[in-house]
Amino acid sequence: MSDDATAGALVPTPGQTVGPFFHFGLPYAGGESLVPTSHPGAVRLHGTVTDGHGDPIPDAMLEIWQADEQGNISTEPGSLSRDPYVFTGWGRAATDAAGHYRFTTVNPGATDEGSAPFISVCVVARGLLNRLFTRAYLPEDAASLAADPLLSSLDEERRPTLVGTREEGGALRFDVRLQGENETVFLQFPRHDA
Amino acid sequence: MTTTDRDETRSRDGLASQAVITAEIERIREEDARSVVPRTQPRIDFAPYRSSILRHPTKDLHQADPETIELASPVFGHQDVKPLEADLTIQQNGEPIGERIRISGRVLDGDGRPVRRQLVEIWQANAAGRYVHKRDQHPAPIDPNFTGAGRALTDDEGTYSFLTIKPGPYPWRNHRNAWRPAHVHFSIFGTEFTQRMITQMYFPGDPLFPLDPIYQSITDQHARDRLVAQYDHDSSEHEWLLGYRWDIVLTGSHATWTERDGGTDHV
Ligand SMILES: [Fe+2]
Repeated sequence: MSDDATAGALVPTPGQTVGPFFHFGLPYAGGESLVPTSHPGAVRLHGTVTDGHGDPIPDAMLEIWQADEQGNISTEPGSLSRDPYVFTGWGRAATDAAGHYRFTTVNPGATDEGSAPFISVCVVARGLLNRLFTRAYLPEDAASLAADPLLSSLDEERRPTLVGTREEGGALRFDVRLQGENETVFLQFPRHDA
Repeated sequence: MTTTDRDETRSRDGLASQAVITAEIERIREEDARSVVPRTQPRIDFAPYRSSILRHPTKDLHQADPETIELASPVFGHQDVKPLEADLTIQQNGEPIGERIRISGRVLDGDGRPVRRQLVEIWQANAAGRYVHKRDQHPAPIDPNFTGAGRALTDDEGTYSFLTIKPGPYPWRNHRNAWRPAHVHFSIFGTEFTQRMITQMYFPGDPLFPLDPIYQSITDQHARDRLVAQYDHDSSEHEWLLGYRWDIVLTGSHATWTERDGGTDHV
């Protein structure tokens, strides 16, 4: 690997598509339940993943990673074994035959003073050659949303693709459009190669 | 049957021929070769992989600075992963059929630091190229002694190790007579959520490499080579198994990036 070394930095391994056959390898019982539905702050986070024709994608998978209600980031293991009393902040859910995914979680708190709370989202699918990152912001705090560095760097018409919709009963709706009209904003972080 | 039924570009089932797919792959590769900075990741817009056509974002990825949550990563422990989950040959009652192999290597961040105590997941076809998946219609035998999914935690050196059998190549309907080179799917976490990676590991010398649009979606040869494991005789075991080595490099962590580029957070 030394031939890759330039100024101490290694070249990252390329990604590849998750393919169509990940269901027996990645999703697991309890993956979508960051908290039990009986949790007093339990919130349903759900949405549909669609393609460039607006058709649902039945072989996609989402992972979410988020702070707890107080904005604390969990360092607890146990996401795969799921002790209902331990919040690990991470979950995984495949889409169903209708392209729909769902998690049971809590509304994340702000991790920093005045910052806009969001859930970090990683999307993979058959047909998608590399994983994609995005964010699902909570819609409530207009001031923090307006001050958010990412949201304010976006054109006004693309900004709503990153903000969840609060439904009656408290559920948070976050649809992911991989292509086309209202295409979701996907992120590239520094040190990510193209 | 008329001659048009034998059209070289498109068969009667509507699938493109390998020659058409290969020509598309080569055209895009030549286009990318003219770019100054080689791509190290797959193109997500890569039409030779037909399923990608409607499933890739058409807008550029938006540059963003990672926030606090994205600079952290979920933690996995021994309650999550049992050591035996790294042995895919003992998940059923008997020995799976196929070439017994060990795949091992290290998970490193972009600065060469080991990613310790972190989750690595794999899934794969059996020796006949068949997945234990209801959507896999390939008429090859299911092996009752092989499921093909495993998990491991890296150790303090970032090393992972799986005992499994070598998967077979399998056909798919991307184009006429399309075959995937033998591969093992990998899912890897880093120390930051931004380092999350899903990829596939291949075996050296596979004759299907030039024909496969998924592998060829990485248009730079050096970058493609990084997905190919090396045969490693030192990790082969006497009268027992063959060893393959594959190291995985995640994107650099941003804690270091901030320091090196003069950020003040860590000074
Ligand atoms: Fe596969």
